[in-house]
Amino acid sequence: MLETFGHLPVAWLLFAVLAAAAFMAFYVGRTQAVGIARGYTSQLNSQPNYHGYFVAMATIAPAAIILFLYMLFGESLVRAQFASELPERIRALGDLELGQYIDRISEHATRRDATATGNALFDAASDRYTNLVGLSRIAAILLAVLAAAGGFFFGRSRLSGDFRARARVEDGIKFLLFLCAAIAILTTIGIVASLLFEALRFFSRVNVFSFLFGTEWNAQTGADFGAIPLFFGTFLIAFLAMLVAAPIGLFSAIYLSEYASPRVRSIVKPILELLAGIPTVVYGFFALQFVAPIVRSSATWINGLPFIPDGFLAAQPTSALAAGLVMGIMIIPFVSSLSDDVINAVPQTLRDGAYAMGATKSETVKQVVMPAALPGVIAALLLAVSRAIGETMIVVMAAGQRAQITPDPTADLTTITVQIVALLTGDTEFDSAKTLSAFALGFVLFIVTLIFNLIALRVVKKYREKYE
Amino acid sequence: MSSPTEGPANTGSFVTEEALQRLKKRHAAEARFKLYGQLAIGIAIVALVALLVSIFGQASSAFSRHVLSYDLNIEASYVDPEGTRDPDAIARNVSGFNLMLQDQLADEFLADDADRNDQRELYGVFTRLAVLPIARATADAPETIGSEQIFNVALADDIDLFLKGGVSARKSVEIGTVAAGEGSTEDGVTLTLASQDDAEKLSAALTELTRTDVDDAPAVALIKAGNTWYRMESSEGRNLSLTYLAGPRVLPAEGAEMEALVLAQSQENRTVTDRQIAWTKILQTQGRVKSVLNTSLFTNSDSTYPELAGTAAAIIGSLLTMLVTALLAIPVGIFAAVYLEEFAPKNRLTALIEVNINNLAAVPSIVFGLLGAAVFINFMGLPRSVPLVGGLVLGLLVLPTVIIASRAALTAVPPSIRTAALGVGASKTQSVFHHVLPLAAPGIMTGAIIGMARALGETAPLLLIGMVAFVAEVPDGPMDESTVLPVLIYKWSTGAERAWEPQTAAAIIVLLVFLVLMNLIAIILRRRFERRW
Amino acid sequence: MDGNMEHFTQTKSSARADTASAPIKVDCQNIDVYYGDKRAIEDISLEIEDRSVTAFIGPSGCGKSTFLRCMNRMNDTIESAKVTGKIFMDGANINDPAIDPVLLRSRVGMVFQKPNPFPKSIYDNIAYGPRIHGLASGKAEMDEVVENSLRKAGLWEEVKDRLQAPGTGLSGGQQQRLCIARAIAVSPEVILMDEPCSALDPIATAKIEELIDELRERYCIVIVTHSMQQAARVSQKTAFFHLGKLIEYGDTERIFTNPEHGRTQDYITGRFG
Repeated sequence: MLETFGHLPVAWLLFAVLAAAAFMAFYVGRTQAVGIARGYTSQLNSQPNYHGYFVAMATIAPAAIILFLYMLFGESLVRAQFASELPERIRALGDLELGQYIDRISEHATRRDATATGNALFDAASDRYTNLVGLSRIAAILLAVLAAAGGFFFGRSRLSGDFRARARVEDGIKFLLFLCAAIAILTTIGIVASLLFEALRFFSRVNVFSFLFGTEWNAQTGADFGAIPLFFGTFLIAFLAMLVAAPIGLFSAIYLSEYASPRVRSIVKPILELLAGIPTVVYGFFALQFVAPIVRSSATWINGLPFIPDGFLAAQPTSALAAGLVMGIMIIPFVSSLSDDVINAVPQTLRDGAYAMGATKSETVKQVVMPAALPGVIAALLLAVSRAIGETMIVVMAAGQRAQITPDPTADLTTITVQIVALLTGDTEFDSAKTLSAFALGFVLFIVTLIFNLIALRVVKKYREKYE
Repeated sequence: MSSPTEGPANTGSFVTEEALQRLKKRHAAEARFKLYGQLAIGIAIVALVALLVSIFGQASSAFSRHVLSYDLNIEASYVDPEGTRDPDAIARNVSGFNLMLQDQLADEFLADDADRNDQRELYGVFTRLAVLPIARATADAPETIGSEQIFNVALADDIDLFLKGGVSARKSVEIGTVAAGEGSTEDGVTLTLASQDDAEKLSAALTELTRTDVDDAPAVALIKAGNTWYRMESSEGRNLSLTYLAGPRVLPAEGAEMEALVLAQSQENRTVTDRQIAWTKILQTQGRVKSVLNTSLFTNSDSTYPELAGTAAAIIGSLLTMLVTALLAIPVGIFAAVYLEEFAPKNRLTALIEVNINNLAAVPSIVFGLLGAAVFINFMGLPRSVPLVGGLVLGLLVLPTVIIASRAALTAVPPSIRTAALGVGASKTQSVFHHVLPLAAPGIMTGAIIGMARALGETAPLLLIGMVAFVAEVPDGPMDESTVLPVLIYKWSTGAERAWEPQTAAAIIVLLVFLVLMNLIAIILRRRFERRW
Repeated sequence: MDGNMEHFTQTKSSARADTASAPIKVDCQNIDVYYGDKRAIEDISLEIEDRSVTAFIGPSGCGKSTFLRCMNRMNDTIESAKVTGKIFMDGANINDPAIDPVLLRSRVGMVFQKPNPFPKSIYDNIAYGPRIHGLASGKAEMDEVVENSLRKAGLWEEVKDRLQAPGTGLSGGQQQRLCIARAIAVSPEVILMDEPCSALDPIATAKIEELIDELRERYCIVIVTHSMQQAARVSQKTAFFHLGKLIEYGDTERIFTNPEHGRTQDYITGRFG
């Protein structure tokens, strides 16, 4: 029986049971409330339905909490218990190998069609593991059932004519709503905690300074972890992207908000936004298939010019320039729509003031509107830079893998995000410096983009307040 | 103050020639500035058009593909050597079917003394796994064993590419008729052209297609005389000395029609050999090569052969992932928005949550992938490559988008609705759930769909949680190994063979079609239900 | 277009010679303004005297501001607005498409309801107009223009020590005088004021009114106001608008003491509006 439970897809089953329990509790609560009212439900403080909701809530909330805790900690409890039962010689292997051993066993144990391997210890351990899982599940379910029953009786005992069931239910709903809002915070905490945790593990093996300031990167071999070439590649490509996106996005925004007729605006704006809706992997394909060859042949052509030294440009099949150009196209709508917003937020009275002085449209834009919108525009550009730094697929597909520092944009460069993908794709063990370095890179990426975003959001907020 | 006569008389500078010149300059600057704006928009639109045109152009060849319509003799000795007629055994016997097809092709096209290299060359015309449908069809109808059946066999991707005009630049030239012929198919043939003009036409085509930037890479000509194909080794005036490639092993009769296929690259430099081209051409003349709609693109799962690879598994994987994402992001997003917009007290915790959500919306997506790898896979021990984890990661990723859109929709509901509900004695919660939320629903759903569309196109975080694994079967559920469309696109784009390119472009179009559909729904929702207060 | 502009500039000088007795500066003939399909101004004809203050009064939405904005073609900046009719300024029709609104506006200054200094320094606010029109050839000359304008606007003493401070840092009344100074700096002939005191406190209002009275000696001033008292205090001529129509136009004294129309009477005595 333990084995059966060890294999069963308990989650779906439990969900059904919980739903049924809630429904039953609702019905009981409601009936009881109607009984209390003796047919005059308007005498009750709250409608019978709310009494029903209350009892249902009291029933499932404790059970749900217990099951949630089990989901979080169940497996690690089972593993801890299992590890303590293993023979001494396996436990002596050390945390890393012990963990891998248990991984193998748990993987074998969870396969329903698993057959004996012939290794007596392994098979016995596998059986034991299945049993432990089953046991833990039964314990969790029993606990949940007890909690549900307790909650059910507690809920019923509270019902009475003056019981403010509706207020209680609404408190419950409000709490649930709050929990949902808190998930956003939890996500951030999760991101920071996991990145920081793994990054610290990485820095316990590799010196922080040699990571931040080293100029050699050979993570695949686990040899060198100097991230400067990655930072360089990241910022060079982001810079190239901004060279494309900033002028095009800004001028588009100015034209759309100051010059274009409503008709033109209503056509062009969605087209620009279309650029933002195209998945980045599509841009990556475009960069790889069409832009990179053009960049390469142009570079070869430049190399062939008489006054250019041989091999002046690297002319690689994937290049920083190809990735940067396409990324710039991708970012245009971010710059243009954010700038459009801030330009539109500049009060009309300022424009009127300039027009009334006899300023032309472009003079008004250049000397009055843009200076007024400057903080907002800078914020828009900052957000765009942050976007460029964190963009992954375009660079993964079109920028290359070589960690090098060169100002030649036709060379293949690598970036933070490219390396994260390269390090974490395929088989990953969470204990090698190679894998952990991806988290250290992720941490740097997160902090840098966070700073950009925070500044930008703050500036935008201040700017909005100024004109509202 | 000054006397009235002084008045506005100091306006002289406006009437001077200089002032008018100045005005002209200012208007020129104005026109220039406006032009910059138009240029910027023009560039953006051109970029978009270039992107779409290039992808559609690439993909167009992937939607059709060439098959060999071949009348196979289903011989029991190959496909069911034990004679059990067991459908499972027949379906599994891919090598038997393969051998059968190979032998029948060899009978038709190879001489009896053909060696292994010849065989390998011939068998390269189609893909080993292309017999799978034949095996399945035969398994479904074992009574067909022993009879002759016509099957469509997918041609190898390089042959397909060649037939679509790829592999090598080429030119077809009509070169009149045979005037005389001598030699044998074994030792070489010399044919004489009927007219000097045709010989010149041929050598002109050869010169035209020979690359000038590379040394020693002359164009080659394949010559068809009658129904036999030769490769031209050299020519002297009207005399062409030829090597036999394929077709009837007889010297062409005098007056037989001739045709030359001039190719820019010799067979050492391309993926399709001269003989394979000759065989394909012969099959084509016989009407046995057909171009069919590439339905396998939608019905097949991933494969290591581009001509057999399809998007079916990835589409289902995407759907399953989106299901999990929607279950997480939409309810949680709406509830969070309701809390922040309607219930949250104005305190520091609320302010923190707000800042946090705005920040989260701008966190690079790959960071969410790191979160998924560290928390869901490493810490919680969930399996890699499954839609459940992918969906959870994407759910957290689009949560801020859904929250922000939902809040905007809630803010758009005028306060009068709330006060009216409170005025008739509804509680705050009731006013929100009975009145505000239903009115905001279209806006919220629009935001949710746009969030889901973003999740559907997301690739990077899924690479980190292992959804890049090769999955050859359609997944059964959210805990089954699978991949998703954008990741499939990424994987295909890294494929080495040229045939992956149109295939990738075609997969992109499948993805874009889904995205367009979702956005259409969002637009229709907005148009249909949008209310201006 | 050049020829037309020449006409515009030449006639100006010829009209200026005739300054003896209250010459007509602006002559509006059959003006209609449409916002989309809505007719905001219906067939208004009006002559405005030079070197005097003309007040436009009337209830909210009567079209007085819209009409004012016809006189420097500010309605051009509103997409849906369409103006028909002729406005002659010194003999040239400013509604002629050949007339450049940029040039026109350098001759017709405007002050708005809400003070709208540019987000620049006080100095740059004043210098902006002269700079774009090339009115000052050097730093010294510009300094002079700035000082003169600020003096004329009665603001010089208050700001002379902080000319580089941002214009938005001044008080509301000071900001409005800054805007007046900014308008004066390009030496306009006509100054349009769209409820210039509506956002100001009584003391600041009194200062602006005093200023308007002084400026009258040099400029043709048209002021839109909500306040009857203000119109009575500062203007020589008053026009009463109602529902996009001009109801009555005449000497301020007469309008306020002995209006011809019942509606004007009602408005002035506060029976509606």
